[in-house]
Amino acid sequence: MHTADLPKEKLVEMYRLMLKIRLFEEKVFELYAQNLVPGTIHLYTGQEAVAVGVCSTLRKDDYITSTHRGHGHCIAKGADIKRVMAEILGKKTGYCKGKGGSMHIADFSIGMLGATAVVGAGIPIAVGAGLSVRLRKTDQVVACFFGDGASNQGTFHESINMAAVWRLPVIFVCENNLYAMGTRQSVVMAIENISDRAAAYGIPGVTVDGNDVLAVYEATFAAVERARKGGGPTLIECKTYRHRGHSRVDPAKYRPKEEVAAWLARDPVKRLKEKLLQSNVVAENMLEQIEKMVSAEIEEALKYALESPYPAPEEALEDVYV
Amino acid sequence: MRKITYREALREALREEMRRDPSVFLLGEDIGRYWGGAFKVTDGLAEEFGDERVRDTPISENAIIGVAVGAAITGMRPVAEIMFGDLAALAMDQIANQAAKIRYMFGGQAKAPLVVRTPFGAGVNIASHHSQSLEAWFMHVPGLHVAVPSTPYDAKGLLKAAIRGNNPVVFCEHKLLYPVEGEVPEGEYTIPFGVADVKREGEDVTVVATLYMVHKALKAAEKMADEGISVEVVDPRTLAPLDKKTIIGSVKKTGRLVVVSEDCKTAGVTAEIAAIAAEEAIDYLDAPIKRVAEPDTPIPFSPPLEQYVIPDEKAIIKAIKEVL
Repeated sequence: MHTADLPKEKLVEMYRLMLKIRLFEEKVFELYAQNLVPGTIHLYTGQEAVAVGVCSTLRKDDYITSTHRGHGHCIAKGADIKRVMAEILGKKTGYCKGKGGSMHIADFSIGMLGATAVVGAGIPIAVGAGLSVRLRKTDQVVACFFGDGASNQGTFHESINMAAVWRLPVIFVCENNLYAMGTRQSVVMAIENISDRAAAYGIPGVTVDGNDVLAVYEATFAAVERARKGGGPTLIECKTYRHRGHSRVDPAKYRPKEEVAAWLARDPVKRLKEKLLQSNVVAENMLEQIEKMVSAEIEEALKYALESPYPAPEEALEDVYV
Repeated sequence: MRKITYREALREALREEMRRDPSVFLLGEDIGRYWGGAFKVTDGLAEEFGDERVRDTPISENAIIGVAVGAAITGMRPVAEIMFGDLAALAMDQIANQAAKIRYMFGGQAKAPLVVRTPFGAGVNIASHHSQSLEAWFMHVPGLHVAVPSTPYDAKGLLKAAIRGNNPVVFCEHKLLYPVEGEVPEGEYTIPFGVADVKREGEDVTVVATLYMVHKALKAAEKMADEGISVEVVDPRTLAPLDKKTIIGSVKKTGRLVVVSEDCKTAGVTAEIAAIAAEEAIDYLDAPIKRVAEPDTPIPFSPPLEQYVIPDEKAIIKAIKEVL
């Protein structure tokens, strides 16, 4: 589908989701600054267009796999932010009852098969979900999120090759935010576009502006449609940029100021907002209304998480086996 | 009762479970119609169930297990074959970090009912990369079950139980056991995990052994019987869960314990079982516990070298005599 044909409601919904991720992550950052978040955090701020552009093409029963930087994927797939927030704070009411935390959120009821914090480890799992779809003869698809760093893991090669030769319904979404932790792409890869690697597996590969939600949507829509019809996998590289450091301890000093400024100017949330206003899809006060509602939702999630109890210590012994 | 080989027993378990449950499927390198598995366990299954359910894969061990994990958490019951146990090292992330932890990390939302079948063991002169016994690696990972069948009967019953269970299982086979024959009934049965089998009853000394070592322990027991010594041979059958009760019960009866396993001695299967006995039954022991295991070397190639490091009947007899 060409994005020009998208109904107004869909565009507004995408904006709402992107804003929800943005404000949620800023809230998490605030909480971390107040020492309320145990462990570490990997914020999705700046990459919202990727999760939302991809997940907006999916059905509820489609699957996604996620990464250590996964809050945005959860929210875009439709997770309940109360339970996401509770999990991040280590509460019993969190999605994983406090056993996973920020890096391991899952909601199997909406096809969110979980975030793995081993870089690249989710890629074969996504292919396995794709094989399961094939064997169960449904028409679900799987969107597999991973970063530029993960594309250098053996799992990337092993898994995409398998998905390609078996023509499985998997959309490989590489979020290229240009840095694997602190390592610039050019230090570890001799190519500029990771999508070039698709040719090696005999599947389509495209690079899109990952800060343009409509570009991500359009590319994914085509890939999903092909996958559902048995046309096999696609590799979509979304060039994007994280607004903050890799994790909570990282001030990201390795990134040139001009580069940061240039990417901030291409803020995906702001860009969609401008597009909606310029094309007269919505009035400004409607967007303000949305922002108010989203902020209230986040405050409510925070309240829920803060008021939720911690798990009883001995619950550490549960759920090891079925 | 009819006798079939360990290999046939495994194949029969796979065939029966695939007929019973359409969510069961097999994947692995060379398991399909062209080869039938490096050790021929899956021979003929692709002909019956088709290439979709008996799936040849690329040589990509980590992705084979990762794919099995992904299929398992979305409703399938994959049985993955890793051609040699040594190659499980390539898949360790998916086995130990993903399959084993998915249920726990996600707060019990998911289950990963997959089986990883793989042969361990030395004795056929294929050196350091195809001969190890690495069962202890998997015993050390919470979330995994570990099966170590020593007979065709156990192999079939445990494999069927592994496929039907809801936890990830590392199913350790032994390459010297594939041609070994044993009694297997025609009818349907499964063997629950965590239930040891006393392979020979005795009064004077307990020998706990697994996999191929069970057969060596039984031969040693036979010889000791000629000398008037009554040896009890306990086969745990699964290392996780481990049937401590049967092992401790036997130790309490005999007061003497020899633990035999083909894996390396340090931090291995024998170490764990000896530690449990020391912790839970030391007051019943009339002699120090003896362990018979591989002497902490890689497996060498040349026949005299290899035979030197594999625990044998003589070493078991020596250990038994030392604790008497």
